[in-house]
Amino acid sequence: MLMNYFWAFTVGGLLCLIGQLFIDLTKISPARILVAYVVAGVILGGAGFYKPLVELAGAGATVPLTGFGYLLAEGVKKAVSERGLLGIFTGGFTAAAAGLAAVVVFALFVAVLFKRGDKMS
Amino acid sequence: MKITNNEYNKMLTASSPKTKLYKTLPKAFLFGGIICVIGEAFLGLYMRYGAEKETAAALTSITLIGLAALLTGFKVYDRFAKHAGAGSIIPITGFANAVVSPALEFKSEGFVLGVGAKMFVIAGPVIVYGVAASVLYGVVYYIFNAAVA
Repeated sequence: MLMNYFWAFTVGGLLCLIGQLFIDLTKISPARILVAYVVAGVILGGAGFYKPLVELAGAGATVPLTGFGYLLAEGVKKAVSERGLLGIFTGGFTAAAAGLAAVVVFALFVAVLFKRGDKMS
Repeated sequence: MKITNNEYNKMLTASSPKTKLYKTLPKAFLFGGIICVIGEAFLGLYMRYGAEKETAAALTSITLIGLAALLTGFKVYDRFAKHAGAGSIIPITGFANAVVSPALEFKSEGFVLGVGAKMFVIAGPVIVYGVAASVLYGVVYYIFNAAVA
């Protein structure tokens, strides 16, 4: 139980530290780092390297954006196994559906209820 | 008001250009780690209430996205990001912040071309290249499976 938290903290922290290194040492913008993390997650997930990390670190591996890429790869893998060729196209969005719908709806919610300044409207 | 990706990124990181590694790296590690620990706590909570692993992970993502959205609305997340750096950008909460922040900021340009369009300034590229990579992987996986079978 406690070890779960230890690994979540360590692995999640390290993934963020690597991102910080890229930000500080290169001129790569955070937007590009997010893109790179997702694509890296797809590649690592597809190659089978990311699953052991998820099993070890749980949220420490799924909460960083590489976990989103891993989710896309897993979704495609599952969809191709179940639906064949069509799964190539359906897998990614199917797996990402919950997160994407949530982020869009919450963004709309905040945009409606909050002011650009400081307080709630 | 027009704003470029680069300008927005500067707002997003809000970290000074002359950052010191011995300060930024431990902070990114610490705050990023803490967000993941919070995620792990929600994961455990949902599983204790009977959710399967995949369902619990999705619920955890939704919870973190919702919390980050609210904290962005209250202007708390951006203040946190000044200290946490990549620790606030790399977790899914940073992705949520990157969507909510421009959505709120461009409210002045209306709900269609302002909020609706600008919320994808950062998330758009992430989705485009993430999905493209997943389709590419799907093709490889499909061919590999066909070759084995």
